Amino acid sequence: MPDNKEKYAQLQEAIAKHKGERGAVMPVLQEAMNIFGYVPQDVQEMIADGLGTTLSEVYGVSTFYSQFSLEPKGEHVIGVCLGTACYVKGSQKILDKLCEELKIEPGRTTADGKFSLNATRCLGACGLAPVMMIGEEVYGRLTPDQVPAILDKYRA
Amino acid sequence: MELYRSHVLVCGGTGCSSSGSAKLIERFEEQLQEKGLDKEVKVVRTGCFGLCEAGPVVIVYPEGTFYSRVKVEDVDEIVSEHLLKGRKVQHLVYVDHKTHESSVQKSLNEIGFYKQQHRVALRNCGVIDPENIDEYIAFDGYQALAKALTEMTPEQVIQEVLDSGLRGRGGAGFPTGKKWQFARASKAEHKYFVCNADEGDPGAFMDRSLLEGDPHAIIEAMAIGGYAIGADEGWVYVRAEYPIAVKRLQKAIDQAREYGLLGEHIFGTDFNFDIHIRLGAGAFVCGEETALMASIEGKRGEPRPKPPFPAVKGLFESPTNINNVETLGNIAQIILKGADWFKSIGTPASTGTKVFALGGKINNTGLVEIPMGTPLRTIIEDIGGGIPNGKKFKAVQTGGPSGGCIPASLLDIPVEYDTLTSVGAMMGSGGMIVMDEDNCMVDIARFFLDFTVDESCGKCTPCRVGTRRMLEILQRITEGKGEEGDIEKLQTLAENIKNSALCGLGQTAPNPVLSTIKFFRDEYEAHIREKRCPAHHCQALLSYTITDKCKGCTACARKCPVNCISGEVKKQHVIDQSKCIKCGTCMATCKFGAIIKN
Repeated sequence: MPDNKEKYAQLQEAIAKHKGERGAVMPVLQEAMNIFGYVPQDVQEMIADGLGTTLSEVYGVSTFYSQFSLEPKGEHVIGVCLGTACYVKGSQKILDKLCEELKIEPGRTTADGKFSLNATRCLGACGLAPVMMIGEEVYGRLTPDQVPAILDKYRA
Repeated sequence: MELYRSHVLVCGGTGCSSSGSAKLIERFEEQLQEKGLDKEVKVVRTGCFGLCEAGPVVIVYPEGTFYSRVKVEDVDEIVSEHLLKGRKVQHLVYVDHKTHESSVQKSLNEIGFYKQQHRVALRNCGVIDPENIDEYIAFDGYQALAKALTEMTPEQVIQEVLDSGLRGRGGAGFPTGKKWQFARASKAEHKYFVCNADEGDPGAFMDRSLLEGDPHAIIEAMAIGGYAIGADEGWVYVRAEYPIAVKRLQKAIDQAREYGLLGEHIFGTDFNFDIHIRLGAGAFVCGEETALMASIEGKRGEPRPKPPFPAVKGLFESPTNINNVETLGNIAQIILKGADWFKSIGTPASTGTKVFALGGKINNTGLVEIPMGTPLRTIIEDIGGGIPNGKKFKAVQTGGPSGGCIPASLLDIPVEYDTLTSVGAMMGSGGMIVMDEDNCMVDIARFFLDFTVDESCGKCTPCRVGTRRMLEILQRITEGKGEEGDIEKLQTLAENIKNSALCGLGQTAPNPVLSTIKFFRDEYEAHIREKRCPAHHCQALLSYTITDKCKGCTACARKCPVNCISGEVKKQHVIDQSKCIKCGTCMATCKFGAIIKN
């Protein structure tokens, strides 16, 4: 895990790489998401300064797209697919079960910072519906009763 | 080039990757090396085979043996039995859902799922290694570009595409050749050719599969299009949620540059063309062309009024042509084989093929490519293999949040642009979600409105406020608080939004509501008047009762989170309806099937 100083140095590198490119705000924000996991205000200020644009411009973009988060995410990010194919096959029940198990609403992070829960758009794994992702791992053909055991793997 | 006696094709599409196909490839390579077969048998990671339901999928050539749901443990057996001894592993061979026939004696094209398909756009998906440009070239790749650049004028290229009758596969169905003509007619120093790979329609993933399975086909088509309209720069706007597609596309672009198929003086001509990738960041509205261009420019992805059309003033204020991925997937074939060949497939007004993503309550979920005009019934029953668990078909939803639901009575209509629109649905990008008797159509309408409300960019009032009002009414109905007159209110709002919203997202957002009212009005009325959900789906409208099958085991009473079940041991229990929260725990707990829901 790079410390904060290193992260800011990485951000400066990313800004330098894209500076002068047309439409650089989005790729730089994407890199900032990869570095920090979210884009707090000071990061947005740094991007605005670095690219020679305004904070309002950067803030406008970062709040428009769902991929950019202004708050830190949990250690494990859970995404439950609420695409149509998953929905008609009962993914809402998977999401409800996760809310019950983690005691949080979708879009929130658990108090211990372990899990963030999101209802996501179609993950494109419709053949495996209903589907959820934890980090990069995909869990398909789910039933609500499988949820606790899957969470246990990450709780340890 | 090395020769191999057998090829093991392992699907590396997103569906099969999700179910562990990468580990299969590793294991195959290990095992083949161990058995000394690595010089005789080649393992290829391909794009999507389409039949995601059966994934991870492995096909062994030259026999064309189709193994489905292969696990890592099964690899050793395939290697030692099939590849070493030449005996197919019977129990791993794909079994047809409908006929229960094993495909052990059949090759891929004889299987029910593939038999009626006609692969034009997906021709190379699942056949070649998408990360190897030589394999694409071996399958006639970049020949169409060579032909266009060295034997045809830009006008001739456009004429060929125009004559082919190809229409946009992203949803609206605008003639591709016309679009190119408009862009060609604009005079400017710089023009752009953009590929729209912001596939946001939930349940549609053909664009991703194409980019993952045959990225060079898109690059070649963009270069041909660039030549036709006079553009020297191309952009692909692709969803960040598609990491495999992005990686393969970037690799393909690098390879094409290395081979001189992108860059300056392509094929020794004066034509220069290069392609950049721009990642989306999770906004459905960016699939709309003016919003997409704003997003490439690094701004909020908000649409703007047209005209000016992108062909006149588009990306970075320059004339721009935008085509969807699947549309581009047809271009090289049209140039190579000619407009007449393309027109011979499909119907006069909808030529060629269309790829559909079959999903939901259907046996064979996956990607299918069929000639336009194929009856819907063929897709659902023959290719899709019908509805699982003996349930009854209720509707098929096409066109995603902009489309509509088609009921059983219309299953015999041919699938083409104008027929689908005439029944209140639309072609859309090709999502086809099947619903059975357990799906509530009011809830489906609510689901889609929930989506559009969330994805509305907020720029125009009809979409920002109007769709929210519609959602509120639908929510009320599903919660049992519907009132007489709600249906009419929904219809009025829908018409107003359709007529006044700024972009395609808003204008089509009411379609799922209108089409479900049109075909399933009785379900709306049951919710509103009788406070009853005919599909037993809407939780607030359910009631659970304990029948005389109850043995009095007390299991349900102990599990009930609100303690609303009472009764003596070994006697029939009762649910206090006033306290019941309708969570369904009791029904799931009961071992005797004594609890029913109404």
